[in-house]
Amino acid sequence: MKTSLLKKVWRPSLAILLFIGLWEVATRLFSIEEWLLPSPSDIVMEARNVIPTFLPHLGSTVTLSVSGFLIGTTVGLGVATILHLMPRVRETFFPFIIISQNMPIIVLAPLLVIWFGFNALPKLIIITLACFFPIAVSALGGFTQTNRELVHYMKMMGANKSQLFWKLELPHAVPSIFSGLKIAGTYSVMAAVVSEWLGAQKGIGVFMTLAASSYRTSRVFVAIIVAMVISLAFYGLILLLEKFFIRWQQKGENV
Amino acid sequence: MLELRHVSKSFGQKQVLQEISLHVASGEFVSLIGPSGSGKSTLFNLIGGLLGPDAGEIYLNGEEITNKHGFISYMPQQASLFPWRTIIENVLLGQELQGKKDYELAEAMLERAGLGDVIHAYPHELSGGMKQRVAFIRALLSPQSLMLLDEPFSALDEFTRTDMQKWLLSIWEDYEQSILFITHSIDEALFLSDKIIILSVNPAEIKDVIEVPFIRPRDGDLLLSEEFLQWKKKIIDVIQF
Ligand SMILES: Nc1ncnc2c1ncn2[C@@H]1O[C@H](COP(=O)(O)OP(=O)(O)OP(=O)(O)O)[C@@H](O)[C@H]1O
Ligand SMILES: [Mg+2]
Repeated sequence: MKTSLLKKVWRPSLAILLFIGLWEVATRLFSIEEWLLPSPSDIVMEARNVIPTFLPHLGSTVTLSVSGFLIGTTVGLGVATILHLMPRVRETFFPFIIISQNMPIIVLAPLLVIWFGFNALPKLIIITLACFFPIAVSALGGFTQTNRELVHYMKMMGANKSQLFWKLELPHAVPSIFSGLKIAGTYSVMAAVVSEWLGAQKGIGVFMTLAASSYRTSRVFVAIIVAMVISLAFYGLILLLEKFFIRWQQKGENV
Repeated sequence: MLELRHVSKSFGQKQVLQEISLHVASGEFVSLIGPSGSGKSTLFNLIGGLLGPDAGEIYLNGEEITNKHGFISYMPQQASLFPWRTIIENVLLGQELQGKKDYELAEAMLERAGLGDVIHAYPHELSGGMKQRVAFIRALLSPQSLMLLDEPFSALDEFTRTDMQKWLLSIWEDYEQSILFITHSIDEALFLSDKIIILSVNPAEIKDVIEVPFIRPRDGDLLLSEEFLQWKKKIIDVIQF
C-alpha cells in the first residue's frame, strides 16, 4: 500500500521539483525583476514574513467557501431531486439551467453588488451558483442511470415512488454525486477568492488585490499557492468522505 | 390462491397473451414453460401490476388484484441485490417495503440456508450461485404469500444449477409460500413442481397443464429414474405437437 503510493507519487513530484529548479535558475540567470516574476526562493521568503498577518484572511476565505459549498450542495441536490421526480418541470427548466452555465458568473458580480450591497450575500450567491451546477447535473445523471433491473425488482415488489427514490435511486446516485462534489469543492475556493475581489474586509482575494496593486508579486504568488492548498485540502476531504460512503464498492469498479 | 381469468394482452398490433386462465393453489409449486418470447415475463408483469391486461382479471385469495401492486414477491433472473447493502440488509428489503422488519428471523433464515458466514458481506464478494440464494431468501422473507420466480437459475452453470434446485426445495418445503416459476428447462420444471403449465407462442395460449406425481421430499436420484424420463418424454411430446 505504502510502496504503491510512493510509486505513484515520485514521478509527478520529480517533475514539480524540476520545474521549480528551472524557474529558480531562469529568474537568476536572466535577472528577472522580482515584481515581474519572483523566484521560488523569493516566494518562500515572502511567505515566511507574511503568513502571520495572512491567517485571518485565510480563515475568512475558508469559512466563505465552505458555507457557499454547503449551500450550493443543498440547492443542487434539491433541484436535481425536484427535476427528477417531476419530469414536466425538468422538460421546462433544464434548458435554462444549461444556459445559465454559459454565463460567466464573474459578469454577474457587479449586478449582485448593486442589488445586495457589499456584504456576504452576493459572495455566497456567486459560490452557490458555481457549485450548484456540477452537483445538480451529476445527481440527475445518477438518478436517471439507475439500474433498470433494480427498478423493475422494486416495482414488482410494490415499492411506491418515495421508496423507489430513497431506497434505490438516491443511494445509487451517491458515487455520481461525489464526482460532482469533487468538482464543486474546487470551484468553491476559486469562486470565493474571485468574489472577494468585489470588495471585502478580509480574505485571500482581498490580500491578493492589495498585493497586486502595490506590485508585491511574491505576495500574489503566496496567495495563489495558499488558495491551491486549500482547494487540494478540500478535494482530499471530499475524497475521504467518498471512501467512507462508498466503501461497499468493488475495488477498481467504477459504477 | 392465485387465479387468472381469461387474461389477454397485446403490445400495439402484436397479441402476446390470449385468454390465459390458470390457478395456483396455496402452498403449490407451479412452473411455466414456453418458448422464448412467448410472454412469460409479460404474464409476471401483469400479476405484479406493472402492466394492465387488455381483458380478464387476476385474483389473489379471492380478492381482485388486477392493476394493483405489492401483492406478490419476486425473484428475477439476475439476483438484483443492492450493492450498497450488506446481505442481511438486502434480505430485509422486501419486508422493509411492506413496513415491518424482522432482523432475528432473517438472520436465522440465512444461517439455515448456509449463508451464515456472509451475513455482513457485500454482494460483490459473493459468487453467482450465492447471490441467487440470497435473492431467493429475500423473496421468501417478504410477507407476501405468493412468489414469482423468473428463470432464477438460468444464468448459472449446470453444476451450480442442480445444487441450487435441491437447495431451493430443501428450504422451500418448510414454508407455506406458493411459487410460480418460469423456466426453459424441462428437467428443472419436473424436478421442482407440483404442476407444469405449457405455453404456446404467438399468441401464447395454454397448451397443456401437467400434474407432476413425484412425492416430496424429492432428492437428486429422482433426476435419473425411469419414471422421470417418461414424464420428460411426455412433456416434449406436448411441446412438439
Ligand atoms: N413493454 C413492451 N412493449 C412492447 N413489446 C413488449 C414489451 N414487453 C414485452 N414485449 C414483447 O412481448 C413478447 C413477450 O415477451 P416476454 O418478455 O414476456 O417473453 P418471455 O416469454 O419472458 O421470453 P424469454 O423466455 O425470452 O424471457 C416479446 O415478443 C416482446 O418483444
Ligand atoms: Mg422472460
